[in-house]
Amino acid sequence: MIRKIAPFLLILLLLPLFDSNSYRVDVLCTAALYALLAIGLNLIVGFAGLLHLGYAAFFAIGAYTYALLNLRVGCPFWIGLPIAAFSAGVAGVLLGLPVIRVRGDYLAIVTLGFGEIVRVTVTNLEDWTGGPNGLLGIAHPVVGSYNFGVDSKPYYLLLVVLVSIVAWACTRMARSRIGLAWMAIREDELAAACSGIDTARFKLLALGLGGGIAGLAGCVFAAKQGTITPDSFDFILSVMVLAMVILGGLGSVGGAVLGAVVLSLAPELLRSFSTYRMLLFGIVMVLLIRYRPQGFLGASEIRRELKGGHGSA
Amino acid sequence: MALLKVEDLTKRFGGVVALDRVSFSVEKEQVVSLIGPNGAGKTTLFNCVTGVARPDEGSILFGEGTPDSIQGCAPHEVARSGLARTFQNIRLFGNMSVINNVIVGTHVRTTAGLLEALWPFGREAHQEGRWSMDRARRLLDQLGLAPVADRMACTLSYGQQRRLELARALASDPEILLLDEPAAGLTFQERQELTELLLELRSRGLTILLIEHDMKVVMPISDWVIVLDYGAKIAEGPPKEIQENPRVIEAYLGVKS
Repeated sequence: MIRKIAPFLLILLLLPLFDSNSYRVDVLCTAALYALLAIGLNLIVGFAGLLHLGYAAFFAIGAYTYALLNLRVGCPFWIGLPIAAFSAGVAGVLLGLPVIRVRGDYLAIVTLGFGEIVRVTVTNLEDWTGGPNGLLGIAHPVVGSYNFGVDSKPYYLLLVVLVSIVAWACTRMARSRIGLAWMAIREDELAAACSGIDTARFKLLALGLGGGIAGLAGCVFAAKQGTITPDSFDFILSVMVLAMVILGGLGSVGGAVLGAVVLSLAPELLRSFSTYRMLLFGIVMVLLIRYRPQGFLGASEIRRELKGGHGSA
Repeated sequence: MALLKVEDLTKRFGGVVALDRVSFSVEKEQVVSLIGPNGAGKTTLFNCVTGVARPDEGSILFGEGTPDSIQGCAPHEVARSGLARTFQNIRLFGNMSVINNVIVGTHVRTTAGLLEALWPFGREAHQEGRWSMDRARRLLDQLGLAPVADRMACTLSYGQQRRLELARALASDPEILLLDEPAAGLTFQERQELTELLLELRSRGLTILLIEHDMKVVMPISDWVIVLDYGAKIAEGPPKEIQENPRVIEAYLGVKS
């Protein structure tokens, strides 16, 4: 599997080196950031089957964690990255504690509320977060004497590396005992519990890991922009990431990445239609869901499972 | 020696008394059948024993020697203690392959966590995975599901789905198996195969508590029969005796006028 993907990864990594157009690299950068978010949300929605509508909150927590650490105590990016991921993961678990008792539609409403609470809190906690003006002057990552600066290229390389690591880890998890337990919970929670699966624990694990991945993305986002404001983390972002996961195919790691790339490139490719761009984008999404409800890779994952390809436990 | 001991179990749903001080025990390596008309409280009893429903009163003890109370335990804790069940209305993991359904059944016998999942060189986790897979394959073989091992569970026929539920329950290597109407909806031949399978399981030392309507299944395999009616135990004894018990006949057929 790694051998199959390696050449593509190499091409992806080298792509910006041959492309001096900073706009295109920046678009790819955004796509990679979305890919990270989609993989994380896929753990929660695709594997554990928990419909989460406030995912942007974890992204925000990661971004603000790094921003505050950097601005208040001068914490460098590489130390801030794991801390941001950790704090967003903890937020995922803490949110999970009260909400894993509710299911389906109710869970969606509670998580939607959670997303709004985080955004509104960040907007109003002016002493800490700068309120609607956000935080300015967040340090870019530094390696040795090289500063990432405002150029998108190094961020793109960093993100490709992060996406690869996270995708690899999630693929392994999906095929492990943990992944099977998640899918069992998604398919039938009562039967899963009666098979000895501690459903609460596994749901919290999915929320914690999914939150942590969003925290990772948030930290890179804050470091790249240098500035963060609450409107970067609104409900629309949660919905976009959810659309990417569903479009790519629920429960498919590769699908999440593909969904993220397609949905973040589509508005850019449709730019030549200027005024009608978002209209076309909407129509494309409606058509895709109408004619391919299982998503791009949903079915192929199933096909793989039909062939009996499920690694070691 | 009693493996499962239920004492004065009472469960109320609002004003309805679904179980009324029911007591019984299941001896090790026996097949005990639970019969009774629709709505007698059989499934509620199963739900109380497996932790799915919380009984209002009474105690449930499980285990040999010094039994533990499993009353008030969560379903996964009950499963962990060695009790597996199937459901009256089949509950499979529909969008998972048949073999993965069975592998989920081995969950309580395996331990791999996050680190084992991520660490690519772990030997033990790999062996554990192999063990689960082998066990699942053997069970599928035994239940005649090997040819469909890689199909999605939701694509199986009704009879195959019933057998898959049984395979999943057996995968946890339980001490006692609770079967909720395993023969419902099966063809005549499937019923006979099921009866043979249950007899074979018993001969290998498995204890079985069975809910069943079909006396042709119950009579030849049961060591003991318990009869519930309106939530109360009205009779228990060996199958022959139960068959002739006037109270049981009355509960099933009504009183002659």
